[in-house]
Amino acid sequence: MPILNERDIQTALDQWTEHIAAGASEDSLGLVGLISHGDVLARRLIDALEAKGISAQYGAIDITLYRDDIDLRAERPALRSSYLPFSTDGMHLILVDDVIRSGRTARAALETLFEYGRPARVELQCLVDRGHRELPLHPDYVAFRLEDAKGDVRVHLKELDKEDAVLY
Amino acid sequence: MKPRKDLLTIESLSDEEIHAILDSAVAMKEIFTKSVKKVPTLRGKSVLTLFYEPSTRTRSSFEVAAHRLSADVTTFTLSTSSVVKGESVHDTIDTLMSMKMDYIIVRHKNSGIPAVIARHCHASVINAGDGAHAHPSQAFLDAFTIREKYGEVVNKRVVVIGDILHSRVARSTSVILRRLGAQVAYMGPGSLVPPSSHTGIPRLRDWDEIFAWKPDVIYLLRVQNERIESPFFPVADYHHAYGVTEERLRRIDAQDISIMHPGPVNRGVELCDAAMDYRNCLVCNQVENGIAARMSILYHLTPATLS
Repeated sequence: MPILNERDIQTALDQWTEHIAAGASEDSLGLVGLISHGDVLARRLIDALEAKGISAQYGAIDITLYRDDIDLRAERPALRSSYLPFSTDGMHLILVDDVIRSGRTARAALETLFEYGRPARVELQCLVDRGHRELPLHPDYVAFRLEDAKGDVRVHLKELDKEDAVLY
Repeated sequence: MKPRKDLLTIESLSDEEIHAILDSAVAMKEIFTKSVKKVPTLRGKSVLTLFYEPSTRTRSSFEVAAHRLSADVTTFTLSTSSVVKGESVHDTIDTLMSMKMDYIIVRHKNSGIPAVIARHCHASVINAGDGAHAHPSQAFLDAFTIREKYGEVVNKRVVVIGDILHSRVARSTSVILRRLGAQVAYMGPGSLVPPSSHTGIPRLRDWDEIFAWKPDVIYLLRVQNERIESPFFPVADYHHAYGVTEERLRRIDAQDISIMHPGPVNRGVELCDAAMDYRNCLVCNQVENGIAARMSILYHLTPATLS
């Protein structure tokens, strides 16, 4: 069932953009989205930042090869191409994802990122925090918080799913 | 892709599996460009290379692939001469079972040995070449190289040249390329090319027919050492009849044809020196892509020990 619609998501992205703009330091800024929805959000945030005169590099990473549950899955997930066309050394990077739950994806994302270089600072920002953390990793910014959501939480984005919505 | 334990032949794979392995190879190759050239995917897994036949390239390619996936690699080199056929394979299987390996990469001069080992071991078995039968990882790296060069394999025209009859490379590579929609033709010494009535693959008589067929790629097979070392092997005649001579290289260049070879190249036999420096010579791309393709193969196999 949809709990957030297109307008809610747009409002959230506007506030999110303000938050990033306020915290943008002098280090060069990069937004690195987690494939396959975080990268779309990162792209939208970068476009919104650019409209405010703030430039940020765009990156996207596929964390599949860094997961800790490859052996637990029946099928090997397909791999997607990561895209990180800049040196991450000394940068202020923001990892962007749609939903955070256990924190295992965030752990894998950090490990992935550090194999490209040594950023000066890394933040984790997500659209939805649905609780049920299994690792001591907490996002620096969350647009929507669902306290220990029981069912499935899915984010739909126009670029991939023909609509903007959060389903629960 | 659904879990699969072994990779023994291209024929045993579904179209979905062929595409899954080729697609993932692209992401595997991107790992080579990072400052840390490995991923932790197979951390704690053990890979054994079991080569009953000499090989430097294929074995080291598999070893590099396994290292880049963070697996632990053990190398077994066995000399066939000290081994009694049949019994020895069963002894080896018992040894392998005790070693609790996760992946076993096998090369053997007899067709079917990797399949025997696969049937009896929990480990995933990858056939790295068995007799004149199959060499599936070579097929994947060849298909990947052609796809990378041209964007797709569909409708590409590939001539395989040399001793087709005894070549597991010719067999596996032809199968995968045709499955992916390429056109394949053969050219070589008459007695060493199977008739098209058996294979469905056209036989070209000579280089004039090759040029007239308008290939995108010519694929030279390696002449085996034991043949070249024989005092009766006519090296110059072979080069003149089947090799890429300097004169043919000019026509290859004019028609913008790519050259491939599974390596190691016998200079002056299959290829003249200048062919190795030719702008469309893909031999080095094949070596690099071999690592990516083998990483993808290892990634997509699921040993029974893990489930």
